[in-house]
Amino acid sequence: MPAPTPDTIDNSRAAGRCAVLELIVNNHPGVMSHVCGLFARRAYNVEGILCMPLPEGRLSRIWLLVNEEARLEQIIRQTMKLEDVVRVERHGADHEVFERLEEFFGVSPLPSGNGADN
Amino acid sequence: MYRKTGAEIIVGLLERQGVRALSGIPGGMNLPLYDALSQSQMIRHILARHEQGAGFIAQGMARISGRPEVCLATSGPGATNIVTAVADAKLDSVPLVCITGQVPLGMIGTDAFQEVDTYGMTIPLTKHNFLVRTAAELLEVVPEAFRIAWSGRPGPVLIDVPKDVQNQAVEFEAWPEPGRPDRCPDVNPAELQQAAAMIDAAQRPLFYLGGGVIQANAGGVATRLAEKAGIPVVMTLMGLGAVPSNHPRALGMLGMHGARHTNLALEECDLLIAAGVRFDDRATGRLAQFCPNAKIIHIDIDTSEIDKLRVAQLGIFGNVREVFRGLLPLVEEHAQTPWLERVEALRSAHPMVMPGADDPSTPYGLIRLAASLLDEEAIIATDVGQHQMWTAQAYPHRRPRCWLTSGGLGTMGFGLPAAIGASLAAPGRTVVSFSGDGSIMMNLQELATAVEEQANVKVIVMNNNTLGLVRQQQDLFYGQRVFASRFRNKVDFVRIAKGFGMRAHDLAGCANPAELLERAFQEPGPCLVHAPIDAAETVYPMVPPGAANRDMIGGEFHACTNA
Repeated sequence: MPAPTPDTIDNSRAAGRCAVLELIVNNHPGVMSHVCGLFARRAYNVEGILCMPLPEGRLSRIWLLVNEEARLEQIIRQTMKLEDVVRVERHGADHEVFERLEEFFGVSPLPSGNGADN
Repeated sequence: MYRKTGAEIIVGLLERQGVRALSGIPGGMNLPLYDALSQSQMIRHILARHEQGAGFIAQGMARISGRPEVCLATSGPGATNIVTAVADAKLDSVPLVCITGQVPLGMIGTDAFQEVDTYGMTIPLTKHNFLVRTAAELLEVVPEAFRIAWSGRPGPVLIDVPKDVQNQAVEFEAWPEPGRPDRCPDVNPAELQQAAAMIDAAQRPLFYLGGGVIQANAGGVATRLAEKAGIPVVMTLMGLGAVPSNHPRALGMLGMHGARHTNLALEECDLLIAAGVRFDDRATGRLAQFCPNAKIIHIDIDTSEIDKLRVAQLGIFGNVREVFRGLLPLVEEHAQTPWLERVEALRSAHPMVMPGADDPSTPYGLIRLAASLLDEEAIIATDVGQHQMWTAQAYPHRRPRCWLTSGGLGTMGFGLPAAIGASLAAPGRTVVSFSGDGSIMMNLQELATAVEEQANVKVIVMNNNTLGLVRQQQDLFYGQRVFASRFRNKVDFVRIAKGFGMRAHDLAGCANPAELLERAFQEPGPCLVHAPIDAAETVYPMVPPGAANRDMIGGEFHACTNA
């Protein structure tokens, strides 16, 4: 399957076809490389990433904003295979975690008409 | 209470894990580990001559034993050298534990001597990897590495251990339990019922069996299932031996170099029972035209393979052997069906054509002659190229786990070290490595290891002084512009082998090849057999890369007629 071109990414964003993934992962140096590397080498674009350790510090939570493509289920299965990934949960694009980031990014990471504005 | 260094902990854990042989090369950053290893009474170390050789020796052991085997390398170039064997293990799902030395923790990230980011470099090539930061962590990491390598879909795990961690002494109360594979997932009875119903309802079912069937030791039950339900079987390169080649239901290898009747039967099937396969492009050809009329049942221990490339009407997550065992009592018995008659008609109209099969001076003839002198215990390894495909087509694969070949990564240089590893894992059995003059040069140095270990390995070098499969593609698809695929220098492989201290035989001008080969196979220990072949020889049929499997070139059967 060809990698998505910027055009197709923009189209899907305009159409509001986004998904938010919530990952619980082991917190150690390298876990971000494992997760981001997986998406990169399987040519699945990640639009946004947030990552913070959970209170006890043993686990971290990663939020990924991704395009909703036909391959989403496949990339989720690949993600769940990573040894450091404890859990993957899939949310709709209306999940609020990527809201109110305008002041840090200049633009809303969410497409208009999808999420915070509604 | 124990007090041990990180290096001693690693060796102790490997011993407790049951490791009795491993392969590697020492260097600056794994010398503490080697020093601890020197004190082991249990573990035999096989000194390779290149880290890639060490990795493939461990792979050869693992492909035979079915359990994780171990290879060692130092930091920097040691790690980069071994990475090819690790990547190869990933693509063929071979359980492997690779332990690399690393510069001391405080020097990581400073471009120290022989420093590379081994952890970062091996993320995409391993099933999982670790960078160990304290000696105490090793007590958890080493058993965990074996568990991961061995569980579910097997694969390679790399442990990167900085030198100071190897030297760090720690106290601990008790040794951890050795790593063991996770229990297989339970098979869902409803899915089995559904699969049996689909099989019974199908008019033209076909098994498509891959390396996962071998890994799961499911060859026997697959054969019984094919017999009971009257279902023909195609196998991938990695699945050869799952059902014996000479079994009436077996249709051999599918795909790019599959027999015509095999690929044509796939065209007609209405139900494809895919097990332990990943719909690789060399097997399926152009995917959109693969089994165009078939529903798919896809059985795999890796859920991410199901629906990855071809959507299955029924996906079954599980161990292939357990799924097949569950299916066996559920399917209807069929001794003869119109579909089986149709498959036999295809087989007689479009048989596997092997020109020169009776002439030992041709590739097919040489392979058939060797096969006639070997029993079903023999282990066959190959390198990558024309000789690999000829062997896949012509060798009678009689049993599972006797066939070692680099399927996914297609690594030239795989054969010799993998054969050495196989001979270590199965002492007393004959290991024959079919190779080409291109491939053998890529890990030629391991001839020295074979001699040193007196490995019972017979290397047959088919020599056309050419990168044959490259030349064949240039002939077929690049306007016959044969470039950079013919060697101008002729290597004397017999002298080379003798220079390594290895017995060598030459089939060039040999009056009695059968007698020569038999002697080579009978003599204990390693030897090389030089077999000159015609550079114009081709592997047919061939599906052009990117084409549908029905569009095969060559390998047509021309019945003798007097018309």
